[in-house]
Amino acid sequence: MQPPAEFVHWMFATGFLLIGLCLLAQAVVGDDVWRRRPWRAYIWPSLTFTMGLLMWPVMVFFTNSTIHMVAHGSWAQSMMLAGAAELGLVRGKLHNRYWRLTMPLAFLVSGAAILIHEQNSWFFERSAFLHHVIGWTMIAGAVFPLVAVLRPRAALWRTGFALTFVVLGVMLYSDRDTAPVFGHLSPQAGAQHR
Amino acid sequence: MSTQLLSERAAVQRRSARTRVVSALGPATMLGGVVWAFLQPYRITLLHPHGQGFWWLAIEPPLLVILAGVVFAVLVAPGVIEDLETAEDE
Repeated sequence: MQPPAEFVHWMFATGFLLIGLCLLAQAVVGDDVWRRRPWRAYIWPSLTFTMGLLMWPVMVFFTNSTIHMVAHGSWAQSMMLAGAAELGLVRGKLHNRYWRLTMPLAFLVSGAAILIHEQNSWFFERSAFLHHVIGWTMIAGAVFPLVAVLRPRAALWRTGFALTFVVLGVMLYSDRDTAPVFGHLSPQAGAQHR
Repeated sequence: MSTQLLSERAAVQRRSARTRVVSALGPATMLGGVVWAFLQPYRITLLHPHGQGFWWLAIEPPLLVILAGVVFAVLVAPGVIEDLETAEDE
């Protein structure tokens, strides 16, 4: 009953897409309107925290090497930390806005982990290519939440932050079990699936 | 026309644009899923369900994209638009 790895990527992609849509709406309407209904302020931080929590079973059931386990564990921890910090700020338990630096930290840790744990080259197969692209996107994308912390009312950076989640979702949806990328498929990758 | 009236009109237009953007987010996402389904119909396993396992039938990426759009459009966007319009009237 355990889903193949690509299905897990697609489920997480849906979570990323929902977070991106909520962040995009928040960037468009502003914090004051977004937080008029208290429950709404909790949506994307809760999603982030829950996705971090769900990374633990992914780590336990879907990793086949130490480096994979460490990478997935670091994602779980950094996503939970970023989600929890945002929840604390929304709830009023945390007051210092620099707790929001946990989000660019999560981006950097996740991006580094995804790059380090991908042992194959860019054009080995599609998932290897996507790992490289996602890793560098996360590292480059860390600039958006970082600047958003320093300039919280600047819509450009907040929109960029939101769109980074949407783009990451699209990349995760593109993941396949064993598939070529731009016509390249290493013979060592095995037979193409679907 | 006074500068104040012009700036107020510009502000109203900008706010209306914000409402339109929020209204469009859900449908645009749904449209993305539909376009993907047309481009890669083999991703919709429900169209040829014979011999497929549970996960291939339960998790179909274009349908997940449409679902995300529906969830946002039904559960999140209406309240945001209502609050935005209230804020604009104040």
